[in-house]
Amino acid sequence: MKFLSIWTPDPKTANTPPSPEFMEEMGKLVENAMKSGEVLLTGGLLPASEGGARVRSTNGKITVIDGPFTESKELIAGFAILQAKSKEDAIESAKRFVKLAGDGESEIRQIMD
Amino acid sequence: MTATSTHAAIDAVWRIESAKLIAGLTRIVGDVGLAEDLAQDALVAALERWPESGVPDNPGAWLMATAKHRAIDQLRRRTMLERKHEELGYELEAQQEMAVPDLDAAIDDHVGDDLLRLMFMSCHPVLSTEAQVALTLRLLGGLTTDEIARAFLVPEPTVAQRIVRAKRTLSEAHVPFEVPRREELDERLSSVLNVIYLIFNEGYTATAGDDWLRPALCDDALRLGRILAELAPAQAEVHGLVALMELQASRARARVGPSGEPILLLDQNRARWDPLLIRRGLAALQRAEQLGGALGPYALQAAIAACHARARTNEETNWVRIVALYDALRQLVPSPVVELNRAVAVAMAFGPAAGLALVDQLTSEPALKTYHLLPSVRGDFLKKLGRLEEARSEFERAAAMTRNERERALLLERAAACAP
Repeated sequence: MKFLSIWTPDPKTANTPPSPEFMEEMGKLVENAMKSGEVLLTGGLLPASEGGARVRSTNGKITVIDGPFTESKELIAGFAILQAKSKEDAIESAKRFVKLAGDGESEIRQIMD
Repeated sequence: MTATSTHAAIDAVWRIESAKLIAGLTRIVGDVGLAEDLAQDALVAALERWPESGVPDNPGAWLMATAKHRAIDQLRRRTMLERKHEELGYELEAQQEMAVPDLDAAIDDHVGDDLLRLMFMSCHPVLSTEAQVALTLRLLGGLTTDEIARAFLVPEPTVAQRIVRAKRTLSEAHVPFEVPRREELDERLSSVLNVIYLIFNEGYTATAGDDWLRPALCDDALRLGRILAELAPAQAEVHGLVALMELQASRARARVGPSGEPILLLDQNRARWDPLLIRRGLAALQRAEQLGGALGPYALQAAIAACHARARTNEETNWVRIVALYDALRQLVPSPVVELNRAVAVAMAFGPAAGLALVDQLTSEPALKTYHLLPSVRGDFLKKLGRLEEARSEFERAAAMTRNERERALLLERAAACAP
């Protein structure tokens, strides 16, 4: 089964720039997870002010809002596509990620086959 | 967390950690059966304690620590026994005096090596292929005997017995817990690769109505292959096998139609191929190629699969290269099925007449007597050459040979389309 994991850091701590040690550890975690196939694809997102936009349809009328989005406090900062044998296995992977990534939330959703 | 969700979490931890656990313990106690018992004891302890205390922060370390304590107890008991034997005048081998304080270091430093040793042990040639497969899934894949039985459509007691016997055989044959020496490495490695690919294919041939555990074997095999690639990165064929499995798995969704009929590669909807797995497959193939030397059978098959994966359409496919790869493959592993596949590639590269000439040489091949793809391929070439009457009879012959209803209907449709 495949899962999409969406990472939303806690806005209170999200703006502190990461230390080089953190970057190295996170790099190692991601590299190992990619090699083992636990993670099929992953990426971090730039702030919404850089290349972010929302394309919305309301009653068939399409509007485009450029970032940054003032109304939202919590912003998605990264995503991963996980391959796991069960939801619990995906949760294990996510736990290992958040333990390192710090405060925030990783939402896991199963991808339809 | 509810008790059920804790149990599910423990299952997940077990699947992820059990192989490392058993490998590390085998290093200490020297016997894979005993190591598995110790690991199971630790699992039982977790099942007792975690529903109340919660799953610990580092569950793998918890399991290892618990199992280690038991292993040390076992060793102490054994050492005491040996001492008693000594007092009674039995011979004592000095080397058996294992120093307990070194155990921690011994386990922590060699996780990777231990896993590799465990793989070689589970796939040891003293065991039958069936036993190798069962033991590998059990010890390295973290599957229960029940899961293995369901995946392979055999009764559970059969699998359980296979595993018990396999462990006994290993112990009686004094199979050492080690990576084989250079002179026997190639042969031993190919037996490991064979086991992994067998597991993969068992999953790949599963159909829609099957227990989900069957198709899940593909993922188990991929996981084992990826672990092996990590442990033995200098072995080109390991990367070749991983590449082949990733590329084949990338087509899993496209190869079965809505009513369960198999769809041949050239008729598949390429939009349904999984681009992520293709990317992984191509990367693994590149690693195999970069290691240099002639490509082995797995890497060659992966290279053929890669030609398809890289092309957006049949026409864009580099058929001339595929023919060359089949030429190399049939040198290494001659087989009528390889010849038939090569004939298809030749027809795509150089026209149906060239393909037909090759297929005509295969019609007397005993191994292909009941293989419906032979008349089906031959019918296809004949049709392209405008020899419709012959084409029709070939499609009809193929229809009579296939066991899949849906495929038979398709072949009969093709036969009817050849009618004047």
